[in-house]
Amino acid sequence: MNDTIQIPARSVGAASSDATAVLGAPPPRTTPKPFSTSLARRHPRRLESLVEKLIFLISLSAILLIFLIFAFVGRESLPVIFGRTDNTRARKPIAVADISHTPRAELALYLGLSETEFATYDVATVQTLVELKAQELAQNSNPDSRMNTTSWRMMFQPYHWFGYNKPEFIWQPVSEVPKYNIVPLIIGSLKATLVALLVSVPFGVGAAIYVSQLANPRWREWIKPAIELLSGIPSVVLGFFALIVMASILQGAFGYASRLNALVAGLALGLAVIPVVFTISEDALSSVPQSYLQAALALGASRQQAAWQVVLPAALPGVFAACVLGFGRAIGETMIVLMASGNATIVSASIFDSCRTLTATIAAELAEVVFGGDHYRILFLLGTLLFAVTFVSNLIGDVVVHRLKTRLEGKG
Amino acid sequence: MTLRRKTLDWSGLAFTAGTGAATFMILLMLAIILGNIIWNGAAQMSLRFIFGGTSEGMFDPQRAGIFPMIFGTAALVFLMTIGVVPVGVATAIYLNEYARKQSTLTRVIRAAINNLAGVPSIVFGLFGLGFFVQFVGGGIDRLLFNGHLHYAKPALVWAAATMAALTLPVMIVATEEALRAVPHGLREASLALGATKLETVFKVVLPQALPGILTGAILAIGRGAGEVAPIMFTGVAYYLAHLPKGVTDQFMHLGYHVFVLSTQSPDIERTKPILFGTVLVLLVLTFLLNLSAVLVRARLRAGRVAG
Repeated sequence: MNDTIQIPARSVGAASSDATAVLGAPPPRTTPKPFSTSLARRHPRRLESLVEKLIFLISLSAILLIFLIFAFVGRESLPVIFGRTDNTRARKPIAVADISHTPRAELALYLGLSETEFATYDVATVQTLVELKAQELAQNSNPDSRMNTTSWRMMFQPYHWFGYNKPEFIWQPVSEVPKYNIVPLIIGSLKATLVALLVSVPFGVGAAIYVSQLANPRWREWIKPAIELLSGIPSVVLGFFALIVMASILQGAFGYASRLNALVAGLALGLAVIPVVFTISEDALSSVPQSYLQAALALGASRQQAAWQVVLPAALPGVFAACVLGFGRAIGETMIVLMASGNATIVSASIFDSCRTLTATIAAELAEVVFGGDHYRILFLLGTLLFAVTFVSNLIGDVVVHRLKTRLEGKG
Repeated sequence: MTLRRKTLDWSGLAFTAGTGAATFMILLMLAIILGNIIWNGAAQMSLRFIFGGTSEGMFDPQRAGIFPMIFGTAALVFLMTIGVVPVGVATAIYLNEYARKQSTLTRVIRAAINNLAGVPSIVFGLFGLGFFVQFVGGGIDRLLFNGHLHYAKPALVWAAATMAALTLPVMIVATEEALRAVPHGLREASLALGATKLETVFKVVLPQALPGILTGAILAIGRGAGEVAPIMFTGVAYYLAHLPKGVTDQFMHLGYHVFVLSTQSPDIERTKPILFGTVLVLLVLTFLLNLSAVLVRARLRAGRVAG
């Protein structure tokens, strides 16, 4: 309180001295500046400039966070990206006699030990371990164990696994030979996302056209917040609703075999995406200048014709951006797909089959992996992939919206 | 044209009907979800359910309580608010009061905020695990506790930090909107009276923008209370016998409890009442928060139009 009283007093004094200086002495001290700037300069306050610098630094936190997310999620997956991981289990056996010729690093890798661990063992122990390893290799007849399943090729291309009759894409990280093919997960994500977009785009854009162009303004005040309230439903609640209520109803209606599948997950996901598509489309449609609409109406078009042939085409980039951002939201959504998609890693085009998405895989498996192991790193790789995809779709969406706004405002 | 307007405009009517039906379907779906949850969940509501613990059986509808989850959720959003409000407000102050609107830096900050809002919540979970739990927590343990495990594990504080990162864009955007609504005349008057820029911001602009900032905080809390994916690896627990005693303890959470009950229940039919009850409590919590934010915001906008 004390401080607030002092400020005017001090500044009044400063202002009057300023006035006498201008009136009395001809040479002005400095070139004319805005009043507040010159005042602040004459009373330099260390604390204030410090606080202002602090505010500036804090404002960089969003940039810092994006950078940290990329760095720390990416960092854990780097060894996989650069092909530095090798989980080949069956190599050519090393004979006990050859131990002395073999480099230490290679021996450690062969025995599956870290080099520091390896250094603590004496010669006799190493010999025993090598013998045991040779026995294990002799018994191990699965030819797949000769593969490095964490390589790029094994993650993206089909492979003819032992016991299967044709090359297949398989994600099976917990098995004798861990299989890390991520194609089934990508297909699962795309399938659920596609269903979600097929639902949310027509409904979201339709509702946006209705609310912004056709609805009675008094109703609009109610409908808009109500649809936005949908985005306030936590995704775990939508997932629960899909799992407990929707799944049974849909199975009864369509009569398919697996109760939880891409359709159920996609529909629930659609509910989560509708507010995104609706809000951004509605915003774009409302930002079309009134003069467009008035011109169309003056030429004799009906409200519907004006909405469909004039306003919608003008706002089309915004609607496109809404779809792109909706895609980003759908592919990154976790709880709904984790609960409602059935989580089976099958490669299939049918939406009535169960599917497993990238996000659900991370959520379901990360709790049970060895820290720093191959499986852990590949889950972080999935995270990096998701981050990259959503980053790009957000960027596209933002740029399109920004351009549209500048264009419409410039013309209007 | 006049002729056409006199006859019935079938295609126009169909267009209105189609878009209107889309709107109606969305609202209907919302009503069905809410109605179903309220109808089924209301039966489970009792003082024992809300204030009871899980010690007498987590899966028994007669005895299970959800107080530990409510407490955990509240503790999480409380810590999160401490983190997100100062950072969000400071960023909004910089963007609205100090930054030049067209400078490259401002654009980069805005792009970063928009992108942050679109990062999948599960990626925040990975980030929380890799950065807060392992890097920051591990660093604290190495420096202060000689490598003994205190902070490098999933904990309330790390879950709150992760959630603060997730809700930061919500906070910034809402605060900025509030700051923008403060009339320029007030700032100019304050500066003309000799107040410095910082004094103007803190003693004139911020008090005026307080309701809007509150809206932002409420929205952030609503978002933070409902998200589950980011806390799955950074602090939430399936079951705990005690309430968390400090920020380094794990906690139970309403949203995660919904997930546990719907996917890992030993007998889904029997535990359904608890499940619906928990969902109802979570929904009431997040909806009340969102609704109050909408109301505060509506009042704010109305006030701006009138003034």
